[in-house]
Amino acid sequence: MKMIKGYPEDMRKSIDKVNKTRNKRIDQIIEDLSLEERKEVLDNFHPDYNPKYKRDISWGVNKGDNVPNEVADVIESYPMVNPDDIDLNQIDYDVNILIIGAGGAGTSAALWANYSGVPKEEILLVTKLRLGDCNTVMAQGGIQAADRPVDSPLIHYMDAIGGGHFENKPKLVKALVSDGPKIIKWHKDLGVMYDCTEDGSFIENPGGGTSRNRMHCSKDYTGLEMFRTLKDEIINKEVPYLEFSPAVELITDETGGIAGAVLYNIETKQYFVVRAKTTILSTGGFGRLHVAGFPTSNHYGATMDGVVMAYRAGAKLRDLDATQFHPTGAAFPEQIVGLLITEKTRSLGGQVLGRNGEQICYPLEPRDVEASSIIKCCAATDNYIETPTQMRGVWLDSPLIEEIKGKGTILKNLSAMYRMMNRFDIDITEDPILVYPTLHYQNGGVELDENCYTSLKGLLAAGEISGGVHGKNRLMGNSLLEINVFGRRAGITAANEYKKKSTAGKLTLAHVHKSIKSLDALNLKDKRYSPTILPEYRSDNVRDRLVQLYETSL
Amino acid sequence: MSKTETKKENALPTVKIYIMGSAHEVPESLTIMKAMEYAGFKIKRGAGCRAGFCGACGTVYRKAGDYRLYAALACQTQVEDGMVLTQLPFIPAPKGIYDIDTLQPTESSILRYYPEVARCLSCNACSKVCPQDIQVMDFVQYSLQGQIDKAAEVSFDCVQCGLCAIRCPAEIPQYHVGMLARRLHGKYNTSTPETLLERVEEIENGTFEQGFEELLSLSKDGLKKRYTERDFVDQKKA
Repeated sequence: MKMIKGYPEDMRKSIDKVNKTRNKRIDQIIEDLSLEERKEVLDNFHPDYNPKYKRDISWGVNKGDNVPNEVADVIESYPMVNPDDIDLNQIDYDVNILIIGAGGAGTSAALWANYSGVPKEEILLVTKLRLGDCNTVMAQGGIQAADRPVDSPLIHYMDAIGGGHFENKPKLVKALVSDGPKIIKWHKDLGVMYDCTEDGSFIENPGGGTSRNRMHCSKDYTGLEMFRTLKDEIINKEVPYLEFSPAVELITDETGGIAGAVLYNIETKQYFVVRAKTTILSTGGFGRLHVAGFPTSNHYGATMDGVVMAYRAGAKLRDLDATQFHPTGAAFPEQIVGLLITEKTRSLGGQVLGRNGEQICYPLEPRDVEASSIIKCCAATDNYIETPTQMRGVWLDSPLIEEIKGKGTILKNLSAMYRMMNRFDIDITEDPILVYPTLHYQNGGVELDENCYTSLKGLLAAGEISGGVHGKNRLMGNSLLEINVFGRRAGITAANEYKKKSTAGKLTLAHVHKSIKSLDALNLKDKRYSPTILPEYRSDNVRDRLVQLYETSL
Repeated sequence: MSKTETKKENALPTVKIYIMGSAHEVPESLTIMKAMEYAGFKIKRGAGCRAGFCGACGTVYRKAGDYRLYAALACQTQVEDGMVLTQLPFIPAPKGIYDIDTLQPTESSILRYYPEVARCLSCNACSKVCPQDIQVMDFVQYSLQGQIDKAAEVSFDCVQCGLCAIRCPAEIPQYHVGMLARRLHGKYNTSTPETLLERVEEIENGTFEQGFEELLSLSKDGLKKRYTERDFVDQKKA
């Protein structure tokens, strides 16, 4: 196969058409879809609306809810630890606030609990991999906040609730949009470098489904810049944290409230018992479950652990029927299939094109609509481009950005995208990027209220693990906002609980025993175990030869 | 079935790589990270975002017949025949502990927490090893000279893999220096837009409460109507 500047020769014919039609398309605007037209493309092409990818939850509080098969698999799994093996009498960490998951939401929660008067020794932040191995650092395009005079939190509210198909929990959306400017101010005080114009005002871009430009960004490293600052701050504040120590089960007290968690050190294989008055779940989402067989843009540990732990303890879930597929995952080269090509590429003017170089849809629809339009193009028409490994995709015309905004715009604003594609010899200032939707975000999760209380006493939630903020579909830039808004609120709520001076009750894993009984009654065909902790990517020929050794041997 | 027959069935072109010295035959299209998994390693340390943003998978390698030591992110780099590699999933380089509110955006802040920057030999080994192709030595020098704005700008794309700190003969933790420079720059060298401060004040004064009360009272149909009729002031629409 002959390669010319990163692309195989036979894909070049289509690229030539894209490059030749560019000038004609500069001012061409495709009409966006009406609510009725959105419904039609979603019904026919979005995996959420295809019954073959879904089934009903068979036990527990949300029995009967229709969710992706992969989500049901995790919920219908047996606990990975035998509750009888855990000695709850030996408490290894006795703290006031346990925060499970050290991504953007968990780290914000820890900081705000500390700012709100909880001594650092009373906080314990635990995480599956390293501090900050999370989706936050991978967020590229930006964070929404309605701070311009032509904008307002009310307009932001309408955009978010319309994008979510009017199924969002209104009070959560109000909290999200009202705290936005406060969060940007906080970040600015910490030293987060948001992109500014020469006169010192923020650069603010549009996103899919936003009616105002309110996307604040730090090049296309927005999440990284934000998180590394929060990480720097949490280390400065000396808040204790444990890495490589995911929670594997929540602990309840005699009233059924949450009183801590069992941790598992994935390196030494020991378990540890944490007792806490308030537990904050901020474990993120489920990209690594590969819902509907899609590749994912998510980090290695995104396996929905928090949701299943909370569910066993009886927490109510919502909106888990809705999965976000980001419209533009990389479809070529094969090494990076599924990795995110930021929506900012379209915010800056990039168009979505079929094989002959004509636009196939309005480039800034809400994500589910944009993704469905691309799936439709690849599944129901012959207007797609096929890669040497038979992957179908459409073009994202990045060079158009340089035509619209001037030479150098890509290097300055999309340096991560430029770098990633350049590693595979593709120059996105000269050639378009082949894209196809990728599994991106868990729209639903553990139900919470605007102060982050869940349906269980002692349990708070914040971030991607939660459900209700985004309804059935999240808009770009509302997740970086969410982790900060609800992380902060969870930290403040936990601090208020701290001041109440009550203590955790007697520790039990009765809810785990009860879950096992419920699962036994289902007579499941496949016996699975969760939380998943890490996905399995070893090759079949390796897995076929795995053996279980006794612990005292190797 | 013999091993040879299995190979024929999966006729993917393969390359031979050496993971910490052990030879493994892996499909040539894989990244280093996926090749390690293909070979049987279940990665605990050494994989994070798997997309080039988190710096967990810093890897060093040599190629057959080439004396140079190369560095890369395992998730962003395709295997090559004859590669001899190891991951460096942890870098022992403690971060300075500071209160950003009490510092000034000058070289004295940098030197206080990272006095090693004064030992920089200008050998440029840090820039050569950087998998992000950052001019690391330049931002260390800018920091030393108090040009915090430039240090912040040059270091901006750092994913904090720490390979620079391992390579440095002067034992500077460059990636921590860049972090401090960026925070100093972001906090002290750029102003906070007035419009942001005014909006925060408006929200705190309850300016939008009445509007929210009305929006929260709308039925779904009412919301749909309002949504369809909303105006777009920044974007061109057909």
